[in-house]
Amino acid sequence: MLTVVEKTPVSVEAKPVLRVEGLKAYYQMNYFGVRREVRAVDDVSLTIKRNEIYGIAGESSSGKSSLIKTIAGAITPPLRVVEGSVKFDFGGKELDVYAQRPAMKAARWKHLSYVMQGSMNVLNPVRKVKHAFHDFAFKHMGLSEGEFRAKVESHLQRIGLDPRVLESYPHQLSGGMRQRLTIGLATVCEPEFIIADEPTTALDVLVQQDVLALIKGVQQRMGSSIIFVTHDMTVHAAIADRIGIVYAGRLVEEGLTLDVFQRPQHPYTAHLIASLPRIGDTRKRVALGGKPPNLADPPSGCRFHPRCPLAIDKCKTDNPPLEARNNGRVACWRAGEMEAA
Amino acid sequence: MTALLELSDVNKDYRIGGFLDRSTLHAVKHVSFTLEEEKPEIFTVVGESGSGKTTTARMILGNETPTSGSLRFMGKDIAAIRSRKERLAFMAKVQPIFQNPFEAFNPLTTLDYYLFSTARRFLGLKDKAAVEAATDKSLQHVGLSLAEVRGRYSHELSGGQLQRIAVARALIPGPKLIVADEPVSMVDSSLRMSIVNLFRELRDNLGVSIIYITHDLSTAYYISDRVIIMHKGDVVEAGRAADVLGNPSHEYSRALRNAVLPPDPVIASAIIREKLRAF
Ligand SMILES: Nc1ncnc2c1ncn2[C@@H]1O[C@H](COP(=O)(O)OP(=O)(O)OP(=O)(O)O)[C@@H](O)[C@H]1O
Ligand SMILES: Nc1ncnc2c1ncn2[C@@H]1O[C@H](COP(=O)(O)OP(=O)(O)O)[C@@H](O)[C@H]1O
Ligand code: SF4
Ligand SMILES: [Mg+2]
Ligand SMILES: [Mg+2]
Repeated sequence: MLTVVEKTPVSVEAKPVLRVEGLKAYYQMNYFGVRREVRAVDDVSLTIKRNEIYGIAGESSSGKSSLIKTIAGAITPPLRVVEGSVKFDFGGKELDVYAQRPAMKAARWKHLSYVMQGSMNVLNPVRKVKHAFHDFAFKHMGLSEGEFRAKVESHLQRIGLDPRVLESYPHQLSGGMRQRLTIGLATVCEPEFIIADEPTTALDVLVQQDVLALIKGVQQRMGSSIIFVTHDMTVHAAIADRIGIVYAGRLVEEGLTLDVFQRPQHPYTAHLIASLPRIGDTRKRVALGGKPPNLADPPSGCRFHPRCPLAIDKCKTDNPPLEARNNGRVACWRAGEMEAA
Repeated sequence: MTALLELSDVNKDYRIGGFLDRSTLHAVKHVSFTLEEEKPEIFTVVGESGSGKTTTARMILGNETPTSGSLRFMGKDIAAIRSRKERLAFMAKVQPIFQNPFEAFNPLTTLDYYLFSTARRFLGLKDKAAVEAATDKSLQHVGLSLAEVRGRYSHELSGGQLQRIAVARALIPGPKLIVADEPVSMVDSSLRMSIVNLFRELRDNLGVSIIYITHDLSTAYYISDRVIIMHKGDVVEAGRAADVLGNPSHEYSRALRNAVLPPDPVIASAIIREKLRAF
């Protein structure tokens, strides 16, 4: 077994395992001599506690993947951190992701694992699946070859894969099987912090439940923390302790899962919850009016104002700060009134 | 009525394993169904991963030949399409949208190139302005515009944006049938709705039939006319969407339906906790 840094007893007061402060990460590009900046992560601050599952929700191209990539320290140009910091605390040792690159590299897989969006495509097409496990995990686990193989096989079985997949090539497996494999890879070392981008979106509903239960199980057994991204609100409903809602590169609301579903505080969140499809209901749903904002040229003031049914003049000019309210945080000039309604 | 697409007793086997442990995998078994030309519909294929959905789609697109059985498009055997000209005419009428937008576009090529070459190839357009107009029109259908897409690479866009571009590309040739393999699995719920609503409009306004492959039962219920459920290569249930999904009779379709998590934190998290205990 891999010995991870000892677990501190869980308490709400315990030092957060992740602290993101004023994080700005932009894609900086040159288009025919014209500088272009996509402000994909714009001033995000959040903390994640030990033993917590934190879900990030938001529409497509709102910057979810960019945010989580930046937190994972896995960014490549043109994406750059412009301001702010990302700090982990692994067993009392602070790790500043953008100040301590080499230490960060060493923490990969062992303390921290990152499952990218569409990561089912990262498996090397000309090598059997077993080699991927060997490459990524063997040296971190301190097991003999035989023990390692047995461990990997039982782990695969738990996530609903026949261990014989180890002997296959990626192209022989369906998309769902490949996605389960990458989750298997990320969890086989049982790291303290798991970062996952859309970990279950490619899976069918039956497998999805198994994978969600698996993620929850690993998290409970190890006391790990998880930050994951998905646009699928039912996945948040199923496993997240807290949810952060991202709109146009900004965190606009954060709260306990139940609160976010039952008493959304931000008009965008309210829309998101109301638009959820439910079986047995074929009423035509209205999609949110207007276009998703262009992050190269985001709307002024509150970025949601062109699509917001509650917008007032002030919203067009002034950016509402993310402030504590009702056990959570919300960035909306009219949050107080929403509550009254 | 004439058949737009007719599958009769289609089977596909794959040989798997190395030299010593060869075996046969029956990816698709005895699949038959017909779509009528006069009655455009949204025909949904539901099933767990590995159940043979993509393999079926690939055979309909002519990218894979069946081991036995036949697939006919407008009376013609798809496997018998040989000449370049015939192939092009077929592809204009039957357009794919793939599961993973990250796989569908080559990262080294700009996205507008795909759209322009589709317009040139299938619409026979030569004039630059006409090519751009056709491209812009189909991008507008999916809530984008050429101005936003021009010169950009796939990795510069999010998963959802890419998928909308894939739908736009499929619309350019003016197809009769769109085969969409899990087109919304990478897309958020509000966009998901706008894409499936778009399918509905394509059916009603343009008379396009859609084979919608998904494991998202809520959108399946919401837009499908007919549904088949696949399980390990077999069609285990087929019928009107309301009957199959609203009142499933086969054990597997029941399990599939009951596995849909409700968007309710109290119920959904209880289901996962229950599942966890079973491990
Ligand atoms: N390599 C890149 N270069 C330039 N712009 C990029 C790049 N990657 C992403 N972007 C842009 O940054 C914005 C945020 O993208 P991101 O991938 O973070 O979205 P997302 O919220 O994860 O969306 P989805 O749910 O569709 O995956 C988008 O406008 C996207 O076009
Ligand atoms: N090229 C291939 N070689 C061998 N096996 C394959 C190949 N393509 C698919 N399969 C297998 O066929 C079965 C059906 O796969 P697929 O049609 O992709 O399922 P779905 O799309 O329903 O997830 C799976 O067991 C898969 O592993
Ligand atoms: S600040 Fe104004 S525009 Fe923004 S969400 Fe609140 S009411 Fe709507
Ligand atoms: Mg993403
Ligand atoms: Mg598939």
